[in-house]
Amino acid sequence: MLDIFQYSFMVRAFEAGIAIAVIAPLIGMFLVVRRYSLLADTLAHTSLAGVAIGLLFRINPVLSAIILSVVASLGIEQLRASRRVFSESVLALFLSGSLALAVVILSLAKGFNASLFGYLFGSISTVSQTDVWIIVALAVMVFLNVVLLYKELFFVSFDEELAQASGLPVRRLNFTIVLLAAITVALSIRIVGVLLIGALMVIPVISAVQYGRGFRATLILSVIFSLLSVLIGLFTSYYFNLASGGAIVLVALVIFLLSLAVSKK
Amino acid sequence: MNLPEPYIELDNVSFKYDETPVLENLSFTVRKGEYLGIIGPNGGGKTTLLKIILGLLHQTDGTVKLFGKDRHDFKEQYRIGYVPQRVTRAERGFPATVFEVVKSGRVPRLGFFLGFTKKDIEAVQRAMEVSGIEKYKNTLISKLSGGERQRVFIARALASEPDVLVLDEPTVGVDIGAQKKFYEFLASLNRDHNLTIVFVSHDVDMVSQETGTVLCLNHNLVCHGTSKDLLSDHTLERLYGGQGKRAHTH
Repeated sequence: MLDIFQYSFMVRAFEAGIAIAVIAPLIGMFLVVRRYSLLADTLAHTSLAGVAIGLLFRINPVLSAIILSVVASLGIEQLRASRRVFSESVLALFLSGSLALAVVILSLAKGFNASLFGYLFGSISTVSQTDVWIIVALAVMVFLNVVLLYKELFFVSFDEELAQASGLPVRRLNFTIVLLAAITVALSIRIVGVLLIGALMVIPVISAVQYGRGFRATLILSVIFSLLSVLIGLFTSYYFNLASGGAIVLVALVIFLLSLAVSKK
Repeated sequence: MNLPEPYIELDNVSFKYDETPVLENLSFTVRKGEYLGIIGPNGGGKTTLLKIILGLLHQTDGTVKLFGKDRHDFKEQYRIGYVPQRVTRAERGFPATVFEVVKSGRVPRLGFFLGFTKKDIEAVQRAMEVSGIEKYKNTLISKLSGGERQRVFIARALASEPDVLVLDEPTVGVDIGAQKKFYEFLASLNRDHNLTIVFVSHDVDMVSQETGTVLCLNHNLVCHGTSKDLLSDHTLERLYGGQGKRAHTH
């Protein structure tokens, strides 16, 4: 056995990493094709505020991050659907608002800057067994939702107006996508970090799109690229003592550049 | 003489947008097997009318019935196939094959969490064959020309085996040669498959040549009857004002 797996924290990091690697591009795909990639970054910042609340009140930061980003996701979709504010302005509003909240809470409670660093850039040594259970359980739920609602989510993503004319509950489906994105982002911050989770949701997808395949094939390809990024990223992070989030995203970027070169006509 | 079954019935339908009247007191019926062309100037309410029929907008006054049922109680949306003017995501590199797009048209027939059965896939195949796009089955939708793409959207609408096909200016951005083929295809759907068609267009010549009946719309109903009887220069002047002379294409 590789010495890397002698450490239980590395085993936990791989368990959580694989779960995240599967669901991040699954949700990312629906965001990318709807030109809504920035949602992931917005929710990541909301998660950061959730982490700060968790650290302040000494509750599991992954749980508080999930709760806050789910609440924020509902607010984002509600405001977007009301059409009183442009979609991208809604995202800017929540992104900066969440960051402001996080900064204020952090300045209120001093002394946890070191652990916060792990949440910003990802830190494999901080994944607890409780985190693994939460991440795996919710990742299975996100995965099942995408599989069971696949045909409806595809329809709404491709042609929202026709989906509505066909009697599909478009608003509820849009809420579902945003909600699943919120959960995915909050789950991923332990491994990839707040500042880089958006990249893991988007880069494997845009790499897969370069191969000019259909929706399902692109989705499968993006999960493969994401898994490769997370696995190689975690290995390098361990052997070279690097921040896991950065290592994972750099691998994803290399795959993107290779995909661009291979598919160049 | 027994008239064919009424599929779409509008009775005194009006629609206001922010207190501005867009449609006023529209009453007409579309019957089984009809090929209806709706013409009128830009901003005359054509697309609004379609959206009311499709349930995307709700009329301010009057009643809309589909297949004998009030629009609000109508739940069999798959019986109306809709072909929009354009689907921008299809033009912007959306990663989906023609088969995936056509198959999505079958979704309104299925329940949540249910997969496609053999019967569903056969309906999708048939829709592609009728529309002449089987050879593009595995091609990305964004790689097709405007005319080919519109055929895909018709196939998508046909995949739910509808009784009525509603098209909103589907030849915008399609070249003249492809338009002619497209109209022949629509005529064959009406003639050979007895499909009821409602077609919105600004192209008066096309409507007068291709459709059986015409509805002229400029906020209210300017005329409604067979295309040959109604599209006189006098009607066009009432519809379009002084600019309404027919553009002859010799």
